[in-house]
Amino acid sequence: MSRTTLDLWVGFFVALGIAALLFLALKVGSFTGVHMDQTYQLQAKFDNIGGLKARGPVKSAGVVVGRVSDIRFDPETYEAVVSLSIDARYTFPKDTFASIYTSGLLGDQYVGLEPGGDERKLAAGDTIFKTQSAVVLEKLVSQFLFNKAAEGQDPK
Amino acid sequence: MAGPDELGRPGVPFPLPMSCDNLVQIDNLQFDYGGKPVLQGINMRIPRGKVVAIMGGSGCGKTTLLRCIGGQLRPSAGQVRVDGAVVNEMSQAQIYALRRRMGMLFQFGALFTDLSVFDNVAFPLREHTDLPEDLVRDLVLMKLQAVGLRGARDLMPNSLSGGMARRVALARAVALDPALIMYDEPFTGLDPISLGVIGQLIRRLNDALGATSIMVTHDIQESLLIVDYIYFISGGRVVAEGTPEEIRHSTDPFVHQFVQAEADGPVPFHMPAPPFAQELMGGARG
Amino acid sequence: MADLLEPLCRLGSQVVERIWRLGYASRFFVAVLLNSGAALRRYPLTLREIWFSGVLSLIIILVSGLFVGLVLGMQGYEILQRYGSAEQLGTMVALSLLRELGPVVAALLFASRAGSAITAEIGLMKATEQLKAMDMMAVDPVARVVVPRFWGGVISMPLLAAMFSSMGIFGGWLIGVVVIGVDDGSFWSQMQSAVDFRYDVWNGILKSLVFGVAVSLIAVFEGYDSAPTAEGVSRAITRTVVTSALAILALDFVLTSFMFRGTS
Repeated sequence: MSRTTLDLWVGFFVALGIAALLFLALKVGSFTGVHMDQTYQLQAKFDNIGGLKARGPVKSAGVVVGRVSDIRFDPETYEAVVSLSIDARYTFPKDTFASIYTSGLLGDQYVGLEPGGDERKLAAGDTIFKTQSAVVLEKLVSQFLFNKAAEGQDPK
Repeated sequence: MAGPDELGRPGVPFPLPMSCDNLVQIDNLQFDYGGKPVLQGINMRIPRGKVVAIMGGSGCGKTTLLRCIGGQLRPSAGQVRVDGAVVNEMSQAQIYALRRRMGMLFQFGALFTDLSVFDNVAFPLREHTDLPEDLVRDLVLMKLQAVGLRGARDLMPNSLSGGMARRVALARAVALDPALIMYDEPFTGLDPISLGVIGQLIRRLNDALGATSIMVTHDIQESLLIVDYIYFISGGRVVAEGTPEEIRHSTDPFVHQFVQAEADGPVPFHMPAPPFAQELMGGARG
Repeated sequence: MADLLEPLCRLGSQVVERIWRLGYASRFFVAVLLNSGAALRRYPLTLREIWFSGVLSLIIILVSGLFVGLVLGMQGYEILQRYGSAEQLGTMVALSLLRELGPVVAALLFASRAGSAITAEIGLMKATEQLKAMDMMAVDPVARVVVPRFWGGVISMPLLAAMFSSMGIFGGWLIGVVVIGVDDGSFWSQMQSAVDFRYDVWNGILKSLVFGVAVSLIAVFEGYDSAPTAEGVSRAITRTVVTSALAILALDFVLTSFMFRGTS
């Protein structure tokens, strides 16, 4: 095997490998984690976060605008404190409403932000006060059954 | 790094004073392998420009001795001096510097199987010099011409016969024009013609390069023809020495046995064991 | 009493032997790293080893990747369609390949294809005294023989794993989209929204890099340390494949527990 053929093969091999890496990076994966390196932090307190997990998406109008960076339990208020990393390109009004939704019936949970009408904007480190907790399926079901039972008893 | 002058000019291989005319001097060399003594007090003088054979039966420590001279093994006691410097006290870097002036022919050639004949001979030149490629080519062809294998330069080692591989290895060993050439069993497994060719080459290259050669072998007949001096080793000691003429006429029982290839003599045919009859009886009892 | 102590002694000497070997391997690793700078400056040597361990493993890696992807596509579809989420097929194929199967299977194939070849090559060079001859020519065999092979393997491994994963995803796409008829758009878009570059792709590459170091080191060490006989070399090759496989799976467990912990 001459040197040039060998060089050619190795060049071909490395090019193929890099092409595969690019394919994985661009076509298979998304750069969501990387191009959001300009972020700011917000906090939100929830009574119940359900199955929300760190690194879960934060969406507004269905578009991913950030990630859940941290989840802690506040031992004084007995609430869950959720830290959100929001893409620095987006700002939200002070009276933004944060809720925990489920994508699909059994899918992952995410934080949804619904902007209000306030002129002032949330700045880094601010806390969102208007929150709605996750819908816990068991609660929903028991509430439904309770209502049904109540309806059934009333006419008597 | 090294220019052409480090290739060693024939005739003046060393700029050192010529007061020490022994290139290699071994004093009371001892070597233990796993607690078992292999060499027990070897004394040897290898004069400059000579071809010296070290002979002895298989497993008598000949190769170990060669390894000690090359710095691959460290002796348990004693000294090995090459050109006045004590090999067994050198650092690895110093040993490597010394080895650039040594060539060694291994038992079966030890050619690099992934390189062609040409690249094998060019290997030491490319590793140790910054010579331009066309000069490397000329030098390699000269060395191959000297061993008569210029026509085999493009072959791979696995397509060479045993004798040819040995000759290529010889060309590689002398590629840097060494001052000291060591041969580890150069005649093993060769047909009589190849054996004669290698023997002649060892003598001719030594004289042409102005080098000094040490040859470890048990081929007495071929050695008597080409060497200047012979040491006999048995049981880790030098038991006899002399010029080929002295050896031929030696009355020493060991030398006699070796030269005449007799089965029994000072080198016993039997391993040490309890008396045969006693062991047979013992076996019956057990 | 002596009968009782005997197995204990044997156990002890076995343990001491293992630890001694581990220490020897670590020192060897340090020697390889120390010699790397000078040896890598002569990159044509390493280039040759990339050809040896990388290019020559190309076929087996690509073909195996394709088949693993085809199987993943079929099995994944069969399972996912029970839950009516067949469009998640792309996600499932991509995540299982990127996180686990790509790095691990590619490394196992690499160990048996290239690792064993490296061990055999170095072992034979040792058995035929080529390493000693090199040493006598004042050329350090670790720098000249071992280091290029080590780095050739380390460089090839992540590239091969990436090719394996890509080929597998292509195989999954072939089965899912072309053969079964999952929607092409949702196959890719579901995959893209679920696969994160840093978390899934990058961690997978990191895994294969670690496996590359482990397999290459085991291969060169076993070759360099083999007994210089035909039998010794063949035993060294077996040890390379077995030790590599165990090292890959154990390291995979450790790395996975660090990389993919807690979050989904």
